[in-house]
Amino acid sequence: MAVQTVASTTDSAVDLGPAAALSCRECGHRVPLGPVFACEECFGPLEIAYDFSAYDTEELRKRIEAGPANIWRYAPLLPVPADVATKPNMNPGWTKLVKADNLARELGVTGGLYVKDDSGNPTHSFKDRVVAQAVEAARAFGYTTLSCSSTGNLAGAVGAAAARAGLRSCVFIPHDLEQGKVVMAAIYGGELVGIEGNYDDVNRFCSELIGDSAGESWGFVNVNLRPYYAEGSKTLAYEICEQLGWRIPDQLVIPIASGSQLTKIDKGLQELIKLGLVEDRPYKIFGAQAEGCSPVSVAYKAGHDVVRPQKPNTIAKSLAIGNPADGPYVLDIARRTGGAVEDVTDEQVVDAIKLLARTEGIFAETAGGVTVGVTKKLIENGLIDPAKSVVVLNTGDGLKTLDAVAGTGLTATIRPNLESFREAGLA
Amino acid sequence: MSVTVRIPTILRTYTGGQAEVTAEGTTLGEVISDLEKNHTGISARVLDDQGKLRRFVNVYVNDDDVRFEQGLETVTPDGAGVSIIPAVAGG
Repeated sequence: MAVQTVASTTDSAVDLGPAAALSCRECGHRVPLGPVFACEECFGPLEIAYDFSAYDTEELRKRIEAGPANIWRYAPLLPVPADVATKPNMNPGWTKLVKADNLARELGVTGGLYVKDDSGNPTHSFKDRVVAQAVEAARAFGYTTLSCSSTGNLAGAVGAAAARAGLRSCVFIPHDLEQGKVVMAAIYGGELVGIEGNYDDVNRFCSELIGDSAGESWGFVNVNLRPYYAEGSKTLAYEICEQLGWRIPDQLVIPIASGSQLTKIDKGLQELIKLGLVEDRPYKIFGAQAEGCSPVSVAYKAGHDVVRPQKPNTIAKSLAIGNPADGPYVLDIARRTGGAVEDVTDEQVVDAIKLLARTEGIFAETAGGVTVGVTKKLIENGLIDPAKSVVVLNTGDGLKTLDAVAGTGLTATIRPNLESFREAGLA
Repeated sequence: MSVTVRIPTILRTYTGGQAEVTAEGTTLGEVISDLEKNHTGISARVLDDQGKLRRFVNVYVNDDDVRFEQGLETVTPDGAGVSIIPAVAGG
C-alpha cells in the first residue's frame, strides 16, 4: 500500500528538488515529504518547506531566463526533480500576459492593465500547472493511478496528464457539469465518474475514499498530493513578474474557488522578494467570487476571519466551492496587502465575458468573467487605483462554458446577394 | 444512542488503526466526548482550546455538514453515521 510505505519516507528518500519537508500552515509542525495533506496535530493544511539557501540571485535569474518556455523554467523553485523537463509531462505555462489597452480604456485604467491568459495551457485552464506538480509527486511516491475531485477543469487536466505520463486516471465530478467540461475530461480515455451532488459533496466523497482500502493507493492530486499540486499556482506569480521585467504589479485580481490559487500566488511573490529576484514593493491582492457562491467575499465584507460555507448557485461552476478550505488565508492576504474580496452577479459575469472578448479578443470562461467583472466593480467603487498597474487573471477558456453565453450568435441571416446585405444594414 | 464514526487516516493512531468505531451520544458534542473516553487524545485533535471544532475539520452527520446544522449541538440519531474529514480544497 503506497500510503503507508511513503508516510514513513524521510526527506532524502525522494527527489523533489528543493522541497525539504512538509510544514503545517497553522501550527508549524514539520513532517517528512510524503503523500499526506493534513497536520496530525491540528488538521491544518501541510505545505512545502523549501531549502533555497544555495541559490545566488543573479545565477538563478540567468538559469530561469535560459530555461524552457514553460513552468519548468522555475523548476529550482518547485517540488520537482532537477531533470523534470525530460519526463513525460504536459509542460504547461509561460502563457501570454496580454497588455489589455482596449479594456483599459473602457475601464479607465491608466496605470497599465494586463490579462494573464491561462486559457493557453494544454487543456485550456490553469489546472495544468498544478497537475504537472502532482504528476511528479505521484511518480516520486510510486502511484500508478491519478484521481481528483473536480469542478471540471481539473478533471480534464488530470485525464490529459495521466495519458501523457502513462498513468491510469479515475476522476470524480458533480453529475451536472457543463457538457464542454465533461467531454474535455472524458476524451483522454480515463474513467470519469459523476457524483450526484455538488463539488463539496464530491470532495467529501474523495476524502473518504482515500481513507478506504479502495482508494488508499491512489494519488488524488488535490487531496493526498495537494501540498505538491498547490505549488503549481506559484508559477503564475513567477511568470507575471518575469513577463513584466521582473517587477511585481501594483494590483492583482484573482478568482477564488478554494482560495488555494490566490494564497499560492502570494507565496510565489514573497519567494521572489526573498530571493531578490524582484524589488520588495507593496502590492495589493484582490479576490473575486460570483455572488451565487461568495462565502469569502461575504466574510471579508462582514469583517470575519472565518468563512461560513454556502450552498453554491452560480453559472461560474469552476468557482462553485461553497466550503473553501483556504478561505481564511485569502482573508488574511487581502487584508495584509490592502486588497479586498468582491463578488459579482451572474449577469455581470456574462457582461464581463463579452466585454473582455469584445475589447481584447480573449474568450474567457465564467471564472474569467468573474475576475473582469470584479475588476470593473472595484474600479468603480474606488478600491482599485486605475492610475496603477493591474493584472487580471483569466484561468480558463470560454469554449468550456458556452452555455453561459447562450444567445450570442448571428447578427443577421441574409440571402446570398448584395441587396439583402444592404437591407440588413451591414454595409 | 449508538452511532458509527468514520475516522480519518491521521486520527487512526488513536483508534488502534480502526477506520470505523462506534460511540454513544445524542449530539455530536456528546459523541466526541464518548470517543475521547475510549480513544484518549482524539478530542484535542478535533476541537480547539475553546472546545470548538477546529477550522480545518469537517464533520458530517449522515450526509449533512454540521456547519450547516447546529455544529456540536447537531443531533446524532441512533444508527447515524458520523464522518470526520480533514478539509481539503481545489476544484
